Amino acid sequence: MKLTRREFLAASATLAAGAAVCGFASHPPPRRFTGKILGAGAKTGHLLRDGGIPPPSLNDRTGVVIVGGGIAGLAAARAMKQRGFDDFQILELEEQAGGNSTSGRNAVSSYPWGAHYVPLANPENRDLLKLFEELGVITGHDAAGLPVYDEYFLCADPHERLYIHGRWQEGLVPQVGTTSRDQEQYRDFFSTMENYRRAKGRDGRPAFAIPLDTSSHDPEFIQLDSISMEEFLRQHGWDSEPLRWYVNYCCRDDYGATMGETSAWAGVHYFASRRGLAANANSQTVVTWPEGNGWIVNRFRQTVDAHVRPSCLAANIEQDGRGVLVDYYDVVKKQTVRVTARAVIFCAPRFVAAKVIRDLREKSGTADAFTYSPWAVANITLKSRPAGRGADLSWDNVMYSSDSLGYVLATNQSLESHPHEAVITWYQPLSDKPPREARMDALATSYDTWANRVVRDLERAHPGIAEEIMQLDVWLWGHGMIRPTPGFIWGKARQDALKPSGNVFFAHSDTSGISIFEEAYARGIAAAKQVLDHLKHS
Amino acid sequence: METLLLISVFVIATCGLVYELIAGTMASYLLGDSVTQFSTVIGSYLFAMGIGAWLSKHISRNLVAVFIQVELLIGLFGGASAILLFAAFEHVASFRLLLYTVVTIIGVLVGLEIPLLMRILKDRFEFKDLVSRIFTFDYVGALVASLLFPLILVPRLGLVQSALLFGILNILVALLTLHLFSREIPWVRLMRGTAFGLLIAMTLAFAYSERLVSFSESSVYPDPILYARSSPYQRIVLTKSEHDLRLYLNGNLQFSSRDEYRYHEGLVHPGLAAVHNPRDVLVLGGGDGLALREILKYPSVQTITLVDLDAEMTRLFSTQPVLTQLNGGSLSSPKVKIISQDAFIWLRNNRRHFDFIAADFPDPSNYSIGKLYTTSFFRLVHDALAPDGVFVVQCTSPLIARKSFWCINRTLQEERFFTAPYHVYVPSFGEWGFIIGTTHPYMQPEQFPSGLRFMSLDTAQNIFHFPDDMKMVETEVNRLTNQALVRYFESEWGGYAH
Ligand SMILES: Cc1cc2nc3c(=O)[nH]c(=O)nc-3n(C[C@H](O)[C@H](O)[C@H](O)COP(=O)(O)OP(=O)(O)OC[C@H]3O[C@@H](n4cnc5c(N)ncnc54)[C@H](O)[C@@H]3O)c2cc1C
Repeated sequence: MKLTRREFLAASATLAAGAAVCGFASHPPPRRFTGKILGAGAKTGHLLRDGGIPPPSLNDRTGVVIVGGGIAGLAAARAMKQRGFDDFQILELEEQAGGNSTSGRNAVSSYPWGAHYVPLANPENRDLLKLFEELGVITGHDAAGLPVYDEYFLCADPHERLYIHGRWQEGLVPQVGTTSRDQEQYRDFFSTMENYRRAKGRDGRPAFAIPLDTSSHDPEFIQLDSISMEEFLRQHGWDSEPLRWYVNYCCRDDYGATMGETSAWAGVHYFASRRGLAANANSQTVVTWPEGNGWIVNRFRQTVDAHVRPSCLAANIEQDGRGVLVDYYDVVKKQTVRVTARAVIFCAPRFVAAKVIRDLREKSGTADAFTYSPWAVANITLKSRPAGRGADLSWDNVMYSSDSLGYVLATNQSLESHPHEAVITWYQPLSDKPPREARMDALATSYDTWANRVVRDLERAHPGIAEEIMQLDVWLWGHGMIRPTPGFIWGKARQDALKPSGNVFFAHSDTSGISIFEEAYARGIAAAKQVLDHLKHS
Repeated sequence: METLLLISVFVIATCGLVYELIAGTMASYLLGDSVTQFSTVIGSYLFAMGIGAWLSKHISRNLVAVFIQVELLIGLFGGASAILLFAAFEHVASFRLLLYTVVTIIGVLVGLEIPLLMRILKDRFEFKDLVSRIFTFDYVGALVASLLFPLILVPRLGLVQSALLFGILNILVALLTLHLFSREIPWVRLMRGTAFGLLIAMTLAFAYSERLVSFSESSVYPDPILYARSSPYQRIVLTKSEHDLRLYLNGNLQFSSRDEYRYHEGLVHPGLAAVHNPRDVLVLGGGDGLALREILKYPSVQTITLVDLDAEMTRLFSTQPVLTQLNGGSLSSPKVKIISQDAFIWLRNNRRHFDFIAADFPDPSNYSIGKLYTTSFFRLVHDALAPDGVFVVQCTSPLIARKSFWCINRTLQEERFFTAPYHVYVPSFGEWGFIIGTTHPYMQPEQFPSGLRFMSLDTAQNIFHFPDDMKMVETEVNRLTNQALVRYFESEWGGYAH
């Protein structure tokens, strides 16, 4: 007898129910889905730790080596090219550039594997406004000088919904079942955030700005960095459970860390730094694409892809007279190449720098203050759109009672008037354990277990969703996001990490302490300028 | 025993007439023009009965056995007739052939019944009594059938189940006869087996047909369902009563054949007649071909591009006789090119310009359809308009959904359209709104094509005037990012069963 998948599932569900009733098993047997775990990077990266890299067998020479083809690396490369300099190589350990903004695609849609949106550009963020114009994200300006955004790239309505007490509500701030006290604290909290959003320091700078290093250094605000966001709420007497849930959700969403692990300065930054304006959208609107920020990656790649050396792991970097030697291991050709360069822009995370760059390796402890939250992301292709009781399927769909952050609808920007299939991107920061432990657990967990975890989570709001799944892939980010732990953003370790080490300049977004597109982009183009100036003078 | 046989006469007479009525009704539903269909079906049926009566003389042996076989066959063909014809609705080319074949087979068999029965009974009655009784029961049966059919059968059971029910009765008559004459006929077992087999099959079909056209669905629609099918995009349901053919998509009324001319003349003429020498026309949505019918009244029009997502709709409306009668076969006009694609996606890739564009989409009742009424969509329309082109869009009811209506107007203005909002009364919909969008201020037409039933220069004087209860209100602009329209629409139509 041959069973179809549906029958098989039904049969196994019955068996499971039977077994549970008889007390044989407390967990249903794992169901099988089509898909795999992606992200070979972790394995390749471990070559550094495990020392499986052969000595160099080839020599090469270039002007500048960019280590890491994430947003920062690609932005640096593009900026150099725009200035007419193209004697550079980008080393990228994954099969393609993109880093945390990588995307995938299948017959139904493209979808993000990490970063999925960028807020409207702040008026003072000239570089970002210029980029948006160059990419056609901003198409012009209205009479008042406000940027007009391409509406296909603005997040389509409905934007957000929250699954709470058995139904979906509009918006992410819990409303169902809240008391007037909760509402009062909401009002208090949001008006405090609004005040911070308008606040300027004694140095005349905005209290909270993007890029974050342009924020005011006024101690009144900086001191928030010494306490956690949880402590900040406590000090204000905000103890409303739904408010605490919401703030904790925001910290986990942005930084992959709980509010107890997140600096209050970073926590407030999320609410107080966004002042973007558009002629044709309100300032809460975000810019997004089916493939998330992978859209920007792909546009960047159009300009610089010829310079990318994929599947190449920077293994050792050392100063050599007036130049730098970069040894990289080509995973496909299984050989190590020694490149002599005049300078390096290091666009991989600090914990990698500490292993790869000889000076830092020898100093030891240079990355200790840098902690990263591991993340699990799943892309799930569904035969039908996940609906549910209450508010309509939205772009961002969050579940109150879940440890995950819910899912983002990759097909949200689709223009179809009768959409059927859907791809959803499910996110979970692994913040329930210390990062190291959580990372090891995640990498040791099999595909089947991950897939079942994801599906069980979705089933809270979508019973029967397993039947609709055509494909379910998982990506594990061992070091997904830098964590802005208290004291980190305005502390010494980060300041040190920003200083060049010889001819090696640093640009990864973790040197900002918060991991967002705007930081990575700003660091990338700043480093490009720094390096070109440096080359001119030497 | 004699009484029982006479009751059989009554039953078969009723059955015979019911099948005839079913065939006639199906023919007029599916082919339109009920007078012609009814009289040709009845004519052929009676003629076939004549053939049956004539054939009966060639049967000389085993009269009872033959009678039983005839009953079983009538039960089978008559019972399944409606299912067969409904199934054939999809394959129009062969529909007539099938219809008349079914009518002839049943007619011949029914024609055999009475002569056979008379011969079976001839030794038990005196001739004058026999003739008198048989024909009395026959005619009373006919009367009962003709009353039952419109009053109880069609409204309660529908055509499919009525046919099956009477098929079952025919089989029961066969079983009764078998029982009464079991000693006089050969192969009793075999025949009994067949009869029971058929009985079970018919009963199952009867029970299952309930689900075929689910009861809940048929109770939603006021009229009998003629056709119901889920395309990949929507549930298409056609209902038909004596004077009215209605189309529902996902349960929402799209038109009633009684007054759709008001809607479609209203949609097309105020805009199209204002274009000087229109040549190229684009219709978005409107797979029913009714707007096309109006557009084809302009001889200067050379090409009409119809973009409708649902190929099932355009196929249905270009092949079904009742439907092509309504749209005048417009979908088959050589001027018309049908493109089965999502309008938004098609328009985004379009490079052509059109003198007239009509958008006839469903109401913006959900976020997916709401996209077709946004600034982004209207910008694409603007780009596709020829310099002096005219755009018109159906905009739900300005009376019931006042904000929704004016929100569409505001959205068009945001995209640099000059707008001319107007409204038309369509009895089955109520007060209905449209908005004309142009790149230069709109000028009312000086002339309409001849042969219109509703739109005229006089009518056009009034439609642009909005009484106080529908007057403009301030609204937001509808964008992909805010979908203000869907929110207005939901709250305004919320109180109505829409
Ligand atoms: C799950 C998730 C969701 C996110 N969502 C958002 C979002 O919605 N919006 C947003 O703005 N930001 C988001 N982010 C933050 C995201 O990290 C940044 O937006 C941005 O992509 C960071 O770019 P980067 O270049 O600084 O770093 P990375 O993307 O980390 O790039 C570093 C690159 O270096 C490569 N590399 C590492 N080691 C080596 C080596 N030894 N040799 C060669 N190459 C190496 C890596 O493979 C990688 O490609 C998200 C991050 C994660 C993990």
